[in-house]
Amino acid sequence: MKISSQEVEYVAHLARLEINEKEKEKFTSQLNDILLYIDKLNELDTKGVEPMSHAIAVTNAFREDKTSTSIGTEQTLTNAPDARGEFFRVPKVIE
Amino acid sequence: MELNQLTIHELQEKIKNGEVSALQITESVFSRIDAVEERVHCYIRLMKEEALHAASKADDDIKKGDIKPLTGIPIALKDIVCTKGIVTTCGSHILHNFVPPYSATVVEKLTAAGAIYVGKTNMDEFAMGSSTETSWFGPTRNPWDLERIPGGSSGGSATAVAADECIASIGSDTGGSIRQPAALCGIVGMKPTYGRVSRFGLIAFASSLDQIGPFTKDVEDCAIMMNILAGYDPKESTSVNAEVPDYRQFIGRDIKGWKIGIPKEYFIEGIDPEVTAAIKKAITVIEQGGGQCVNITLPHTQYCVATYYIIAPAEASSNLARYDGVRYGLRAADVRDLLEMYRTTRMEGFGAEVKRRIMIGTYALSAGYYDAYYKKASQVRALIKRDFDEAFKTCDVILTPTSPTPAFKIGEKTDDPLQMYLSDIFTISTNLAGIPGISIPCGFTSGGLPIGMQFLAGHFEEGKLIQIASAYEKNAKNEKRRPAL
Amino acid sequence: MDFETVIGLEVHAQLLTDTKIFCGCSTKFGGAPNSHTCPVCLGMPGVLPVLNKKVVEYAMKMALATNCEINKSCEFARKNYFYPDLPKGYQISQYAFPLAEHGHVLLDVNGEQKKIGITRIHMEEDAGKLLHDEHNPVSYVDLNRTGVPLIEIVSEPDMRSPEEAADYLRRLHEILVYLEICDGNMEEGSFRCDANVSIRPRGQKEYGTRTELKNMNSFRNGQRALEYEIKRQQYLVENGGTVVQETRLWDDAQGVTNSMRSKEEAHDYRYFPDPDLVPILVDQPWVDKNKKDLPELPLAKRERFVKDYQIPAYDAGVLTADKALAIYYEEVVKICSKPKVASNWIMGDVMRFLNEDKRSIRECPVKAESLAEMINLIDEGAISGKMAKEVVEDMYKTGKSPQDIIKEKGLVQITDEGELIKTITAIIEANPAQLKDYRDGKEKLFGFFVGQVMKATQGKANPQLVNELLKKMLAGPS
Repeated sequence: MKISSQEVEYVAHLARLEINEKEKEKFTSQLNDILLYIDKLNELDTKGVEPMSHAIAVTNAFREDKTSTSIGTEQTLTNAPDARGEFFRVPKVIE
Repeated sequence: MELNQLTIHELQEKIKNGEVSALQITESVFSRIDAVEERVHCYIRLMKEEALHAASKADDDIKKGDIKPLTGIPIALKDIVCTKGIVTTCGSHILHNFVPPYSATVVEKLTAAGAIYVGKTNMDEFAMGSSTETSWFGPTRNPWDLERIPGGSSGGSATAVAADECIASIGSDTGGSIRQPAALCGIVGMKPTYGRVSRFGLIAFASSLDQIGPFTKDVEDCAIMMNILAGYDPKESTSVNAEVPDYRQFIGRDIKGWKIGIPKEYFIEGIDPEVTAAIKKAITVIEQGGGQCVNITLPHTQYCVATYYIIAPAEASSNLARYDGVRYGLRAADVRDLLEMYRTTRMEGFGAEVKRRIMIGTYALSAGYYDAYYKKASQVRALIKRDFDEAFKTCDVILTPTSPTPAFKIGEKTDDPLQMYLSDIFTISTNLAGIPGISIPCGFTSGGLPIGMQFLAGHFEEGKLIQIASAYEKNAKNEKRRPAL
Repeated sequence: MDFETVIGLEVHAQLLTDTKIFCGCSTKFGGAPNSHTCPVCLGMPGVLPVLNKKVVEYAMKMALATNCEINKSCEFARKNYFYPDLPKGYQISQYAFPLAEHGHVLLDVNGEQKKIGITRIHMEEDAGKLLHDEHNPVSYVDLNRTGVPLIEIVSEPDMRSPEEAADYLRRLHEILVYLEICDGNMEEGSFRCDANVSIRPRGQKEYGTRTELKNMNSFRNGQRALEYEIKRQQYLVENGGTVVQETRLWDDAQGVTNSMRSKEEAHDYRYFPDPDLVPILVDQPWVDKNKKDLPELPLAKRERFVKDYQIPAYDAGVLTADKALAIYYEEVVKICSKPKVASNWIMGDVMRFLNEDKRSIRECPVKAESLAEMINLIDEGAISGKMAKEVVEDMYKTGKSPQDIIKEKGLVQITDEGELIKTITAIIEANPAQLKDYRDGKEKLFGFFVGQVMKATQGKANPQLVNELLKKMLAGPS
């Protein structure tokens, strides 16, 4: 076992996914299969290998500090599942 | 031949000669859709009204002599590219009602080239899948055998071309999502070099792997589509500002003196013997055409799937965090508080495969596991890339099967995610290394299922891929079959 | 027990670019809610960020001004967490490879210079704003601020008192404003500060458990919050309790810090390099160009003022705390060449008026030339210092030149000897008794005669001249 069902629960919470007991069990076993397979990578010695986070070597992609048109409040809110006035509305955020 | 069965270049000729109108072509496509779409289900949304309207406008342009590369050509778009004012779902319930206020750069380019949009095609939810079975809108069926999957994730776009429900289409490829369905549907599909085609407006699955590319009926059409799609986009930081050749110039050139690398790691146990046989036959054709096949090695091939299934889910777990029910898309009803809103919205909005990958990715990035998983995979990725750099010192292109097997049955692998992941075994390395790849048809199984082979080249060498694919296509003289629908 | 306080600060400064860090939306404060927005800063599906070059240059300026080393290569990372003010579900920030590291600023602590280390400076995007409904269990989201560029300046835990912390904040604030890369407006959130605070028995090497303080929106609040938090921690420790590592929010109205339990669990941010953004390579010519463009910084200006103008360090400190004030001062001195007098007038009357009206020096009605002319008029003896006080107040109220005010008010001094002799003669003749007493040795009465002269001239007599003449005339014909 690589990942316990408690860890699955923790990860599901980090990812904000509600999962029921049955799913938790299924995910735990499937994730373990996958992680076991992924363990293959430990056969390789990667000491000193620079990690590759981009597929190609582009650097310094910039834009100038020039204003472009915003889409406006109305357009911003058109897709919102819940909006009120000029705002998106969500259940109360407790700080 | 019906108009909807023709290629872009054949239709262009007819348009230029005044033999057909854009409206006739478009109507022919929609009558085919009326006849077969119910059985195939390759579209999430059809845009018939818009298409017919665009076709009449195209005919006006044609009359004025204003004929662009895609004027009058009905094109299908994978529902992963954003279309301004038109619902774009990415095959997911969570975006079932999302109307983008912008279009992807590729859509703008296709529009500028005169394309007529047939509709938005079906796909695995968020492009996560190899079978187009994870779509919230139901599966797409392989036109060659309706009991089988068309491949994925761009199964809708591949099927639409194979079933003549459009002339050409757009897909996206993160680990094989263009090449594998192209192979399984018997058409041409290209994944360009990372950075060659703009990703702006392509709904992200794994940002460092995603790339848009075309599905076409032949190699020349692929070149035509690439001429339109390729090019620098200042809206994307990873877009490469390099000159784009006219890809059509590579059509019809021979490959005399070329070295074609055959990686031994791609001819392993578990490959369907009919696939191996078809590739062997293709090798003969290539050698008769003047190419020389050489054995090469890509030693880290066996680690590609493991590497991919860390990097892609890790990036996806972050890319899909924006689907939170606040600004667009689904929000679960009757939630008591903020946390419940997030958790329930995402539970209801995402399907099982998407959740599974979000879970893997979140775990791989979480405290204490980053080095063991994400960092390790990024290092192995560098080794995989290095394999290709070394290989291309000794050969011009690499030839491999696209998929280890022809199309499998619907439902066959849905309960075994790992088996499903292994069906991408030959396509994943390309995305990890950022190099271009093309899949072209190279025969059929005895049961009548298409088989595809894949050519790979170095960064920005799509021209070479088109050249060898076109040379093979010409020399192989494969019979033209159409799915019996 | 004798405790030592250990404070480290994280400052977020909004950069004064025209557009956001990754899109072309305006950064202006105060637009209609959700109006400075586009698909990119709204985190819509499929959109991509492109970095505003000016953000790198501004951040680099701050790094150079605080003696940091600029990293040759740096990159952006994603900080993943869910919050309604964070559209993408992650904040684009820098993590493993920040723009700059290993800097410092110098503080003046009890007359000695103290180095406060700067761990790192990195670039990131701001989040949106939440408004809470007072009557219903809902909050409202405004995403105008989302994607406004920030730099985060992280200090070493080098401060040992709330005063030092406040002083450090003032120094950073001053540098940012001098560089013209941040407006420094704390009320609008352009300059925000979080603190890490711990205590330890004096002499102990290891740090104590720290708490993180948030919501300190002014220098004074920051200092009060820190003072409270230190007392709270001391009280806990002295009474057998332990400090818990947590985030605490400063409540200005109550004057206390409160635990923010809601933020506790979210500390697994799953940072990883942002695949949508590419590495930033900073070569030496680029660094040099920005170095060359740096203005004179507060500390250098302060030292120059002491040296060139021979004013006390205190004066130099006050005058350079605001770049505009320093410019004002130098303009005045250029015209009147009386550095210390100019400093007294500015730090005294002028700043008092401004403070009363909560105005900045930029809004000062007394133009630098006018103040300089007034100082010259005093020097020439045209007006007395006392008159000048009246004049400067009028200058402030009306914006008029000192000459005009003096003319209007008839404030010109009587310096005509003949006229004064006449007045004095009349006074001596009218007060024979006092004259006799004075001449008999009651020298105190000199003041009486001065008073009488001033009264007769309505205060306009040149005091020096009056003194001189009186002395001579009271002594009698010799």
